[in-house]
Amino acid sequence: MDYYKRKSITENVAFWSFRVLSFLVIGILFSILGFIIYKGSSVISWEFISEMPKDGMTKGGIYPAIIGTLCLIGGSIIVAFPIGVMSAIYINEYTKHGFFRNFIQLMTSNLAGIPSIVFGLFGMSLFVNQLKFGDSILAGSLTLGLLALPIVIRTTEEALKAVDDSFRQASLALGASKLQTIQRVTLPIALPNILTGLILSIGRVSGETAPILFTVAAYFLPKLPTSIFDQVMALPYHLYVISTSGTNINESRAMAFGTAMVLILIVLILNLTASALRRYLSKKNS
Amino acid sequence: MTESVNYKIESKNVNLYYGNFHALKGINMGVVKNTVCALIGPSGCGKSTFLRLFNRMNDLIDGVKIEGECLIDGKNIYSKEVKIDDLRKRVGMVFQKPNPFPKSIFENVAYGLRVNGISHKSLIEERVERSLQQAALWDEVKDKLKKSAMQLSGGQQQRLCIARALAIEPSVVLMDEPASALDPISTSKIEELIYELKAHYTIIIVTHNMQQAGRVSDSTAFFFMGELIEYDSTKKLFTNPTNTRTQDYITGRFG
Repeated sequence: MDYYKRKSITENVAFWSFRVLSFLVIGILFSILGFIIYKGSSVISWEFISEMPKDGMTKGGIYPAIIGTLCLIGGSIIVAFPIGVMSAIYINEYTKHGFFRNFIQLMTSNLAGIPSIVFGLFGMSLFVNQLKFGDSILAGSLTLGLLALPIVIRTTEEALKAVDDSFRQASLALGASKLQTIQRVTLPIALPNILTGLILSIGRVSGETAPILFTVAAYFLPKLPTSIFDQVMALPYHLYVISTSGTNINESRAMAFGTAMVLILIVLILNLTASALRRYLSKKNS
Repeated sequence: MTESVNYKIESKNVNLYYGNFHALKGINMGVVKNTVCALIGPSGCGKSTFLRLFNRMNDLIDGVKIEGECLIDGKNIYSKEVKIDDLRKRVGMVFQKPNPFPKSIFENVAYGLRVNGISHKSLIEERVERSLQQAALWDEVKDKLKKSAMQLSGGQQQRLCIARALAIEPSVVLMDEPASALDPISTSKIEELIYELKAHYTIIIVTHNMQQAGRVSDSTAFFFMGELIEYDSTKKLFTNPTNTRTQDYITGRFG
């Protein structure tokens, strides 16, 4: 076989391997989604998302768990976002290259690698017991916020790094202070990418069960929270409960898939909203 | 140039080190008010570093050490009493790559005013218009001041950057190869502009382009390996250089 023939066969083999493997990944993703929709769509109804659970969680809806999860998403964003963005600004804009910066970055990566159940235990001992917040939205949000923190820091850092240095220089050369430069030039340019960090962290915390297990989640609580010191039900934990330790697991099987579907939909809607906002902001920049 | 001249900008025995690298070696030179001084020399010779001394942009780099005195209007800009923000307000800078902010045309020019505490609306409008006129851009953009600066062509963007630098009313303008990323027509517009601007400003321009240095500048300094090899009136330096290395460089024998 001549050289060019061999070369073109190799090219083809490589191309098809890449293509088949990527389709496989997409295929797996769609089968998971399809399976959940197939199993869960039968229970989805207005009642399901707007009513309290009934009859030992085999009937009724998952309204309090939806509200609980939304509270926890909001709470953890309020915790993680300001702290994370400010830390990233400090690391990227104020520290010099060298040992200290590397050290902080290493620690952030380590934080990201800690299993979420460990965050749960930490949150329980610090927020629930030591600070006496009790099982509450506050304790749960703080714990989830800690979990989201490394993602927010890392993506914000990347976003700031991507801002061309010549913008900073132009601003400083016009007599702007460092803070003015960050506020008026660097952050607005980095904002669309920082939002990506927010999207990722929402995705991460909304599905977590372990960190909320000991800090906020209620097994069965058919009412809405009235303050941040209340317990709430939450979708991932509710899913866990009705599929493993509910009163009648077989009866609530369909509801479990419905719950999973709602959880995925919430994440999807939040992601789409955030990426629409991101697109709008990048457009405004260009 | 004679010693008795009162320089607008002057460097006295300036040495600059990046860590262990000796980037500027004992530079002594001065620029007369309302003239254009061109800095030429091969890449890495220290001319951009020298330019950035005068608005203290080198301070941003980790590990830079500066010795000697840099004077503007006879005052050392590295002395402790000088506020960097205030210095940079007096010394405008135009960069090699046009770098308007991703904001509207108006906000780009107004930026320097806003960060320096000017918030009076009509004053800002007046300065924006005047700066754009000085930068010969007003007629092209006056109907689309609210549009994004990123939609302008490269040459227009660079003139916008010049307007942005002029808006804060500096007395010195530093230009770091302002036309090297532009096409010939935009380049000649920038050169005409520089020629007009020297009536009001003292300008230092770094350039790789000999013809450009010849066309726009009154005096020219040739840098090589961190040293100031020769500094003279542009006419003298280009027609009758004293140093053979200058001669070799301007005739294109190296660099």
